[in-house]
Amino acid sequence: MEKIVLKVNHKEYNIYIEPHETLLTVLRERLDITSPKRGCEMGECGACTVIMDGKAVNSCLVLAMECQGKEIVTLEGIKSNGELHPLQKAFIEHGAVQCGYCTPGMIMSGKALLDENPNPTEDEIKTAISGNLCRCTGYAPIVSAIKSVATLSAGEGK
Amino acid sequence: MEKKPIVGTSVDRTDALEKVTGAAKYVDDLKFGPGLLYASLKRSPHPHAKILNIDITSAQKLPGVRAIVTGKEYNSYIGLYLLDRTLYAVDKVRFVGEPVAGVAADTEEIAREAVDLIKVEYEPLPGIFDPEDALKPDAPILHENLGKYEYAPFIFPEPGTNISNHFKVRKGDTEKAFTECTTIIEDEYFVPHIQHTPIEPHVCVAQKDSAGIFTLWTSSQSPFAQRNLLAKSMKIPYNKLRVIVPYLGGGFGCKAGVSIEGAILPLAEACSPNPVKLALTREEEFNCTFVRQGLKAKIKIGVDDKGKILAMENTYYWDAGAYTEYGVNITRASGYSSTGPYNVPNVKADSYCCYTNHPVGGPMRGFGMPEIHWGIEQVIDTICKKIGMDPFEFRLLNVLKAGDITVTGGVMHPVGLYDTLKKVKEDIRWDSAKPTAPSPKKVGRGVASMWKAPAMPPNAGSSAILKFNEDATVNLMVSGMEIGQGTHTVMAQMCAEVLGIPYEKVRVHTPDTNYSPYEWQTVASRLTWSMGNAVVKASENARQQILTLVADNWDCSPDELDIADEVVYHRNDSSKTIHLKDVVIYGVYGKDGLLKGGPIMGIGNFIPSDVTALDKETGQGPKSVVHFTTGTQAVEVEVDEETGVVKVKKVASCYDVGKAINPFNVICQSIGGVYMGLSTALFEQLMLRKGEPVNNDLSDYITAGVRDMPDEIIASYVEVPQADGPFGARGVGEHTMVPTAPAIANAVYDAVGVRIHSLPITPEKVLAGIKELKSLKTKPEELKEKAIV
Repeated sequence: MEKIVLKVNHKEYNIYIEPHETLLTVLRERLDITSPKRGCEMGECGACTVIMDGKAVNSCLVLAMECQGKEIVTLEGIKSNGELHPLQKAFIEHGAVQCGYCTPGMIMSGKALLDENPNPTEDEIKTAISGNLCRCTGYAPIVSAIKSVATLSAGEGK
Repeated sequence: MEKKPIVGTSVDRTDALEKVTGAAKYVDDLKFGPGLLYASLKRSPHPHAKILNIDITSAQKLPGVRAIVTGKEYNSYIGLYLLDRTLYAVDKVRFVGEPVAGVAADTEEIAREAVDLIKVEYEPLPGIFDPEDALKPDAPILHENLGKYEYAPFIFPEPGTNISNHFKVRKGDTEKAFTECTTIIEDEYFVPHIQHTPIEPHVCVAQKDSAGIFTLWTSSQSPFAQRNLLAKSMKIPYNKLRVIVPYLGGGFGCKAGVSIEGAILPLAEACSPNPVKLALTREEEFNCTFVRQGLKAKIKIGVDDKGKILAMENTYYWDAGAYTEYGVNITRASGYSSTGPYNVPNVKADSYCCYTNHPVGGPMRGFGMPEIHWGIEQVIDTICKKIGMDPFEFRLLNVLKAGDITVTGGVMHPVGLYDTLKKVKEDIRWDSAKPTAPSPKKVGRGVASMWKAPAMPPNAGSSAILKFNEDATVNLMVSGMEIGQGTHTVMAQMCAEVLGIPYEKVRVHTPDTNYSPYEWQTVASRLTWSMGNAVVKASENARQQILTLVADNWDCSPDELDIADEVVYHRNDSSKTIHLKDVVIYGVYGKDGLLKGGPIMGIGNFIPSDVTALDKETGQGPKSVVHFTTGTQAVEVEVDEETGVVKVKKVASCYDVGKAINPFNVICQSIGGVYMGLSTALFEQLMLRKGEPVNNDLSDYITAGVRDMPDEIIASYVEVPQADGPFGARGVGEHTMVPTAPAIANAVYDAVGVRIHSLPITPEKVLAGIKELKSLKTKPEELKEKAIV
């Protein structure tokens, strides 16, 4: 067991972990942060996507040991002042949620994109979520949800 | 007071907030404390083999191993329609991945290590990997005990063969009718195995506590079917087996009936009182859970000189896999739906459920309908091309209308299929010139229609319980699973509409068989209709109790009262109102001055009342199913003649939903259905080499991605009410993927003249067809119209 300090959703955790444990396992099993989902554990489905230092990553492919000193954000940490993040609202409004299992990863991929590029093209949105699989929605509502937030923030800038 | 409609409006999903915040819990998210043990299964590496010996001695010695179970101790049979499966393999294995032994240990790693230490000796046996081979006289028999298995009365196994169900239709006189046809097309179509690939893999935790009570927390579409089949198989009293299912991360059929739970319950028994968890890997998900059955379809359709269908003769060979406890009913459904949604006076159909040494075939979205329509709708397209008839005109002429006689001799109920054809034709702009694409791309358009009935036993029931709270909010208990289709939302809408309260005040709960009422299963797109009827009855039951109480207090008749916005009011006396919260818990004084009522609960149940048996030899009977949902899709594709790549540009889809309880949700289901239909049309196939899946991960098993979706989907619905449906509704979840694949295939033919006979429509097949067409150009005319791929 190794002692590490993990910063998740702006909170520091002092925890003991096995060196081989992935960030996904540590979040889910040790910190009880369960929005990142276990879908394949091979980086193929994107259900475990979280944001690490501003980039969307598959938490099943990242060793927790490597995360010391990094900022991890999960779906649990994107509300501000108790208000839903605009992406969360947009996913509800656009029918981008069905079974909900891909939803946390999708929202985090969308957020990583918008944080870096507040007004992406539709093609950039598709690239951003191309590592996230969804079997229910047919993707179109997800793309339009992210697009609506992009348009929103572009509108605010004017 | 004015009642605002809730049914028929596009309210937000009741589960969406939980799902966008991460609050929604799935089985893998539940915590069980430090006593939790982990399971792993020893699986067969052979498609067909005798088990000679299982040696668990060295595995048992591994520190941290708590229990090992095999088919020796757990040899009872289990199954939904045919009890042909054991919890663990007994004497024989019949597919690669079949559980032979189970281990429970302190950690997942120890469990897996112990599995590796279990030594199993096998004697490999010849296998069957093609459904037609299963019927050959010299085929090895996979289930020697088929004659001894228990089965449902509407299933017809043929002991001594590999046929676990043979459904026959003999209607009219096909032999004579074919002689009267001016055009007959006969062709063969093939559908490979695919895997449902829900993003949430199967996961289950089981516990037998110190008092002997079993609890299962499982990712299941069917908590009550689970309890029924498992309790029966393991001889547990039903009230001592509790099944809890939180939200489900997709299922599409692979989490219906019993799947991994049969293997975990014995381990829980052996490790009592510790809970034991089994979480499948993605690889196991591909190898060892239900797959969609494969199909070889021989289709023969004859028409007269006006294009009217006179006869059909269809033979379906289902590649049903190693166990067909569930799949036998897919064979049946494809039999009683064997003509597609057409009025066909003369029908001969044989649907065979064939045992093979492939993974276990089970229910998947569409339940046989995407598979049979793949062939039927293409043969119809071929006929249209041959006789020079527009495919929409052909379908408008031939589709079943109210009062027509169906394939099984029943009378077709009011149906809007005709209207869906009209709508889709307009939306795809069928009559306008096709857009041009830059060379080497060719544009094509195609259309396909469909029908599908809920396939279930005649007595599949639903029930609902609602209870009021002090603030007049409602908790609604049902056991249909919220699997992504939005059933909780439409149940809340129906409940709120009847009770006269805002829909946000109704909270719908995921089931726990200890507290939630019975529901057969979340399958067959039956919940809106069946569970909806139970919810409406429960809501009316509560409403009547409330109105009766208030009427007594006001000394009037309950008929003079109504409820809107949580207030009971007198229709003709605006001074008389009372808020529900003053009624629903603490009672109301009657006109005699005595306190009456008490906490209000509503109960309701529903069972289809008039589904009849079908004759074993002819498949005929007055009412084969409760109803059919019908629809049409048309697509526009671009086919690259140099690469063979097919890009779906545009889809128009329309279904007759009876009544759209939540219109936006119907559209969302339609878009999701187009996605899944497109994915199966162009990409999905579980590649099997001697029964062993080779593309068992998400890199090699390709599903349609975000970039594969059409540029435009025009989804719509029509509403021809279902007489016995809640508010006139019938189901539409599965149907939305049924016609997509044949519509795309018909569009590919329209674009480049290549008829694709086997799914998926890969660039290789399209290119091979284009090449063959070119080589046929020198050959006689009648050969040109058919390039077989």
